[in-house]
Amino acid sequence: MSPPALGTRGLNKSFGSLVVAKDIAFGVPPGERYALIGPNGAGKTTLINLITGMLQPDLGEIFLGGEDVTALAPQDRVALGLARTFQISTLFPHLSALESVTLAVCERRRVSGHWLRRLARYRDVIDEAHAILDSLGLARAAHRPTQTLAYGQQRLLEIALALASRPKVLLLDEPGAGVPKDECAELFAVIANLSRDITILFIEHDMDVVFRFASRIIVMVGGTILREGTPAEIAADARVREVYLGKARHGG
Amino acid sequence: MAADTAPALAEPHARFAAASRWGAVEVVFWLATLLPFFVAQDYLVLASQIAITALFAVSLDLILGYAGVVSLGHAAFFGLGAYAAGIVSKAGWGEPLLGLLLGGAVAGIVGYGASFIIARFRHLALIMITLGMGELLAQAANSASWLTGGNDGLQGVKTMPLFGVLDFDLYGYTAYGYALAVLFLGFLVARRITNAPFGLALRGIRENFVRMAAIGAPTLPHIRKAYTIAAIIAGVAGAVLTETTETVSLETLGFQRSADVLVMLILGGVGRLYGGIVGAIIYMIARDQFSDVNPQYWYFWIGLLLIAVVMFLPNGILGGLERILPSRRSGG
Amino acid sequence: MWPVIGVLFDGFAYGMLLFLLSVGLTVTLGMMNFVNLAHCSFAMLGGYVTVTLMNRFGWPFFATLPASFLAAAAASVLFERVLYRHLYQRSDLDQCLLTIGIVFVSVAAAAYLFGTVQQPVHLPDYLHGALAVGGQSFAVYRMVLIGIALLLTGALVAGLELTRFGAMVRAAVDNQRVARGLGINVGRVFALTFALGSGLAGLGGSLAIDIVGLDHAFAFNYLIYVLIVVSVGGLGSIGGSFAAATLLGISDMAGKYYFPQFGAFLIYLVMIVLLMWRPAGIFGKR
Repeated sequence: MSPPALGTRGLNKSFGSLVVAKDIAFGVPPGERYALIGPNGAGKTTLINLITGMLQPDLGEIFLGGEDVTALAPQDRVALGLARTFQISTLFPHLSALESVTLAVCERRRVSGHWLRRLARYRDVIDEAHAILDSLGLARAAHRPTQTLAYGQQRLLEIALALASRPKVLLLDEPGAGVPKDECAELFAVIANLSRDITILFIEHDMDVVFRFASRIIVMVGGTILREGTPAEIAADARVREVYLGKARHGG
Repeated sequence: MAADTAPALAEPHARFAAASRWGAVEVVFWLATLLPFFVAQDYLVLASQIAITALFAVSLDLILGYAGVVSLGHAAFFGLGAYAAGIVSKAGWGEPLLGLLLGGAVAGIVGYGASFIIARFRHLALIMITLGMGELLAQAANSASWLTGGNDGLQGVKTMPLFGVLDFDLYGYTAYGYALAVLFLGFLVARRITNAPFGLALRGIRENFVRMAAIGAPTLPHIRKAYTIAAIIAGVAGAVLTETTETVSLETLGFQRSADVLVMLILGGVGRLYGGIVGAIIYMIARDQFSDVNPQYWYFWIGLLLIAVVMFLPNGILGGLERILPSRRSGG
Repeated sequence: MWPVIGVLFDGFAYGMLLFLLSVGLTVTLGMMNFVNLAHCSFAMLGGYVTVTLMNRFGWPFFATLPASFLAAAAASVLFERVLYRHLYQRSDLDQCLLTIGIVFVSVAAAAYLFGTVQQPVHLPDYLHGALAVGGQSFAVYRMVLIGIALLLTGALVAGLELTRFGAMVRAAVDNQRVARGLGINVGRVFALTFALGSGLAGLGGSLAIDIVGLDHAFAFNYLIYVLIVVSVGGLGSIGGSFAAATLLGISDMAGKYYFPQFGAFLIYLVMIVLLMWRPAGIFGKR
């Protein structure tokens, strides 16, 4: 059996007396779509930051495709195939969508340090960037500065930037956050169509989306994993319902 | 693939190509820099000073306007280049091109070393460290008066004729031609960088440092490379100053020079390459016109100007012009 | 007679002066992240108020101190309402540039009004001279300065820890967004803190006249030292400023005494080393 595309073991992190991650251990098999759910403040984004390397754990290990990456810098993990999107759009406001994705492709191809040839000469890089935008339906907005794009388009650009690094593991932090309902359908159609070569772990609050896309759900509360299981198991679990689903119905 | 994507694909390349093409205004501008030879011969010395300062401003724009590194100590590299060229000339090798090479090399080596420190910092710590390092160097230069001449400046600098024939005389033709040529070449290098993938990476660092790390960019090596290149160009500018004026003084390293070039860059507009040149032209012509006025009052008006620019014209003069005239580039 | 004691004493006094000049800046920088490089212009204003009141109107020295505090505080309120509040959302660079512009203007204005010479000030006789203790000589003025600074530090710390306003200040420095969410009027807290901090700077400017002298370039020359204290101590930390000011004051004195040929070398070196060890300042937020 092949190792999980993404896994952690005994992951712990505290800020003084505030425990944000306690004994986090899980594994996502290649090609699967796992959802990470939990109330606000459960530590979901913190976990993503630990996995990507933006935060250093106090204890524990992180594995990509069986390889221990805990000591690696964030950039090195990206080189190994890890990519993420941000809950609050973290884009390049004055760069156009095409420039942004071209930049990401340049970084992946390691030509971003080149300073002697004009960017226009790197035709295949630009082609690849344009193709990514096209596949997400952003081709028509390619030349507009990011800050002029509609929020739904910005969320798609978030994903485009992550896809430019040809990830094997993709972490989506609330991809639909802040997107109006009518633009959500397009966004999630894109996510549903992502290749099965990419393993996905996504944070989401909308339970319809979770039950539609996830093959398995991890429930986090207060920095720990409460329960991991299939959608049916999670929906039936009384503890989960009490801690999370019940609150969600009351507008959480 | 649908048929309508084929013409759409041709367009993105066209956009990038158009952004790096020479515009009519640019060509006219560079032709106009030849004017002082014909119509303003009395001002050739001033024109050389402007060309030198413009090159220095362009070098600062590379790190400030493109990579977002706020440096209050950039004059350190200008001064290093100036002293390197001066010291080697005093030792008997006053060949100008050698001085250029040496000035750039010395500044570049120090810049490369310093970049390992400054690349790790942001915000206030970065501003303070660049300020501190600049001041350290200025103090050291003051103390090492056996090498630098201290407060009296370096004496005995004699620049040999360019290519063996063109003498640097009082009329200033050679000086201006030399300074202008160096400015143009330095500008070409900076322009190529900003139109290359590296330029895009630097803009990415300035726009969103966190996202750069998330797309796998080696942010620190990028910053170090930009800082080193900027140091080399600043060093070359300093060397030209020494060679054309045949003196070197401590003010080439001082905070005043770092602050002045920052003002020029803000005036012209950061991140627009021409901003440094436009700012240098305006600032230095104005300073020349008001040179008989007490220096105190000069800084009074500069202070008011800074306040006005920040409040009302945050992207400098070029930024203001861009808002009035249509821009041919997509992302600005 | 040990010179090292003299260096420590003078250094500590200098450090206390730096502390008074810096404490306002560290709190407002830590609270609003507004880079106010014109902070020392307010200090300079306080100094010139003392000079004018003493030399032109014959006020006694200690009476001028509250006046310089109030003048600096009032001026800061004016600047904050008219200029600064438009820039809270702008970049570090823009704030730097605006406030450097104000420094330039203030330096030129001081030169115009008072000339470029050092301002003479005649302190009362009882502040002159020195106390001899165990073979060492301790200048009376410096002891008074240290006393005033320690008293004010105590008052500041007590105010922060024991009063409701102090609690609001601490909350706003720690996390502005949450403080606002708790119903604290951060804008008003900031304006008052800013006035208080600038007033203290003005006071520092007055006290500085006898130690380092007052001239038109004061706003600029001491800005660098104040920035060093603030960045090394950590934004928002009074304790950090106190420690950094002490450390830097003593380093500067030691540098000038033991290595005079290097001038102010040592203070910059110490700053760089400390910032490299702790980029957010010794007591700064990580």
